Amino acid sequence: MRNHFLPLALSLLMAAGAQAAEMTAQEIVDRANRAAYYQGADGRASVHMQITDGQGRQRNRHFTLLRRNNPGPGGGGQKFYLYFHSPADVRKTAFMVWKHIDSDDDRWMYLPALDLVKRIAASDERTSFIGSHFFYEDVSGRTPAEDRHELLEQTADYYVIRSTPKQPQAVEFAHYKNWIHKTSFIPVKSEYFDGDGRIYRTYQALQVEVIEGFATVIRASISDTRIGGHTTLGYSNVDYNLDIAEAIFTERYLRNPPRQYLR
Amino acid sequence: MQALVCIAAGALLLPLSAAAQEPPPLPAGLGQGAEAALPAGADQSPAAPTAATSLAQLQRYGFIETRLGRRLRDAAGQKDSSLGEVRLQLGLSGGNERGQLSLVSDFVYDPVLDRHGLDLDTGQGWLDLRELSLLAHPAGAADVKIGRQILTWGTGDLLFINDLFPKDWNAFMIGRDEDYLKAPSDAVKLSLYGRSLNLDLVYMPVFDGDRFIDGARLYYFNPQSGAVVGREQMLEVARRDAVWRDDEVALRAYRLLGAREIAAYYYRGYWKSPAGFAAAVADGPGRAIFPRLAVYGASLRTPLGGGIAYAEVGLYDSLDDGDGDDGLINNSEWRFLLGYERELAPAFTGALQFYRESMRHYRAYKNSLPGGAAVRVRDRDVLTLRLTRQLLNQTLTLSLFNFWSPADDDGYLRLRATYQAGDSWRWEIGANLFHGQRDATFFGQLRDNSNAFAALRFSF
Repeated sequence: MRNHFLPLALSLLMAAGAQAAEMTAQEIVDRANRAAYYQGADGRASVHMQITDGQGRQRNRHFTLLRRNNPGPGGGGQKFYLYFHSPADVRKTAFMVWKHIDSDDDRWMYLPALDLVKRIAASDERTSFIGSHFFYEDVSGRTPAEDRHELLEQTADYYVIRSTPKQPQAVEFAHYKNWIHKTSFIPVKSEYFDGDGRIYRTYQALQVEVIEGFATVIRASISDTRIGGHTTLGYSNVDYNLDIAEAIFTERYLRNPPRQYLR
Repeated sequence: MQALVCIAAGALLLPLSAAAQEPPPLPAGLGQGAEAALPAGADQSPAAPTAATSLAQLQRYGFIETRLGRRLRDAAGQKDSSLGEVRLQLGLSGGNERGQLSLVSDFVYDPVLDRHGLDLDTGQGWLDLRELSLLAHPAGAADVKIGRQILTWGTGDLLFINDLFPKDWNAFMIGRDEDYLKAPSDAVKLSLYGRSLNLDLVYMPVFDGDRFIDGARLYYFNPQSGAVVGREQMLEVARRDAVWRDDEVALRAYRLLGAREIAAYYYRGYWKSPAGFAAAVADGPGRAIFPRLAVYGASLRTPLGGGIAYAEVGLYDSLDDGDGDDGLINNSEWRFLLGYERELAPAFTGALQFYRESMRHYRAYKNSLPGGAAVRVRDRDVLTLRLTRQLLNQTLTLSLFNFWSPADDDGYLRLRATYQAGDSWRWEIGANLFHGQRDATFFGQLRDNSNAFAALRFSF
C-alpha cells in the first residue's frame, strides 16, 4: 500500500509546487498561515518554553496546548485551551481563548487556589504572552488580512515576503519580512523592522518534523533586542485530529481539566 | 559628539543588516530527505484518543514562605506585629479519567496569635487543611466533587453577592496571599451539564462560616459595648455546628449566550459572618449569632467596548427578621454590583466597580433601635478601583485596589508589589490601609489595623 501511495503523493506534491509558482503573495501568506496555525481539525502539544532575559537569567514554563478549528467554511475562528504544569506558581492554572477573526478574542483564566474563573479583558495582541518574547499573536496567529503582502523574491527554498501593516498605528513594527518554505509553506524566519529600518525582533523555526502527515515546527525561537534576551519553544507529544470535543473549551474543563489530553 | 556616536553605531549595524538579508538555512527536518519523507507519514491514520485508564503518577508540589507584617498605628491592646508566620504548603494530586484525588494542606507556625489549639473550621492552629477532595465523573454530563474544597462563583472582584462560600477576612486584611481570602468548605458539589443550561448544586451538611474578624488579630466595632475593641473583648459567637440541621444549600444555573455569561443563584443557610445577637439572657448580653438567610440572585458578564462588563444582583432575605423590626438581627437587603475592566495600555489594566447594599425595611429598622445606638444609612455604597501594571517581562506586578464608601466616609486601600525571581522564588511587599471617621462603619472600625508586610516564598 505504502509503495503505491508514495509516488502518487510525490506527484501530487510536485503538481502543487508547479501551481505554487503562480501564486500571489496573498495566497502564499494564506497558505503559510494555514500551515502554521490550522493543521488538521484539531491538535494537541506539550510545550516547553524557556525564557532567557537580557542578563542570561532563565525562566521555564511547561503547558499543554489544545486547539480546535471552528468547523464550517470561511471561519478561521479557533478555540484554544492551555493547562500549566509548571512552574509551581502557575501549576494547574488553565487558560482558554476563543479566537475570532472579526472581533476581539474571548479569554478566560482559571485560578485553582481560588476556584476562580476569571474573564480576561481583550488585550493588545502584540503584548507578551505569559512573560515570554512571544506575543499573543505569535501563538494564535496574526490575521493575514491585517497586512499588505509583497513577494520580494524567490530563492531555491523560500518565498521571501514583505508585509506592511494596514493600520501602522496599531502595531510596533514598520514592516516584517518572512521566509516561507516553498513546499511545506512553513514560515522559517521572520524579521521585524522598526521605523528606521532596523531589525529588532527575529523569529526562527529551528526544527521541523512531519507528524501524522503535517509538517510541524517542533522548536522555534524569538529574540527581541529592545528588551534583550530570547525565548525558545519546544513542542513534544504532538498529535493531530484527536477529535477533541467542542465542550472541552468550556468552563467545565477550566475547573476540571480534561485529563485524557494532558498527559 | 552625539552625532559621532550615532554614525559609529550605524556603521556597526550596517554589516549586520546586510548579513540578515541572506536566506536562513533550512531548519532541521526541512531538508531534501525530510521532504521526501513527508508523504510517508500521510497514510498513517490519525491517532485515536487514548482511552487509557491507567493511574497517572501522583503529583507532589507546594511552597514554603515566611511573611512578616507590622501595624502602622499605635496599637494599645494588640501586638505590634500584625503577621509573623512560616507556612509550608504541601499538595498531592493524582487520578485518572474516572476520578481525581486532591490534597492541599498548610502547616503554619504563627506566634502572633494567642490561641494555638487546632480548629480545622477556623484554620486556627498549626494545620490548615485547604483541600481533601475526590472528583468523580459518574456520567458523561455530570461531575461530582466530594470533600473539603475551595468554592467560588459570581462576577465581582473582591466583592461578593451570590458567592456565599466562606471567606477569611483576617487573612485578607493582614496581608496573606490573596488566595487565602477563600476559606474551604466541607461540601458535595454536583455539576450537571446540559445543552441549554448547566447546574451546580452544592450541599454543606454543616454550616461553614466566614473566618470573620473577632478581635483576635484585628480591632473591630462591638455594638454591645459601642466601642472598637481588640483581644481584650473578643466577639463571643454561638456556633452553628449541628450536622444536617445547620446545613447549607447553594445552587447556580448558568449558560453562555454567545459570548455573554448569564447565571441565576439561590442560597439557603445563614449569614456568613455574625449578623445579630441572641436576645439578652440573665447573665448579660447575648452572644453573636448567625441568623438564617436565603439569597436569590442573578448575574451577567459580557465583553463590551474592548473590556469586560458585569452586573450582579442579590436579594438577601433575613429569615429571622422578616419584617425588619428586630433590632438585634440584620435587616433584609438588596445588593447590586456593576463592574467594568479593560486594558488601559499594554500590560496596564484598570477596573471600576459600583456596589450597593440597600436595607429593605429601613423604617422598621430605625424604630427597632435602642436610643443612642449607631444608626446605619439605608444605602451603603462602595466604589472600587483596581489598577494593575506588569513590568520587567511580567516578573514585577504592581497592584492597587481601593474600596471607598462615600456615605460612610471610609475606605480600604490595598497596595501590592510582587516580584518573581526565576521559577521558584517570589518576593512580595504590600500594605493594607484603612481609613474612616466613625467607629461603627464597615472600614472605619478597622482604621487602627493598618499594616505593612513583606513575604518571601519558595515554590517547588
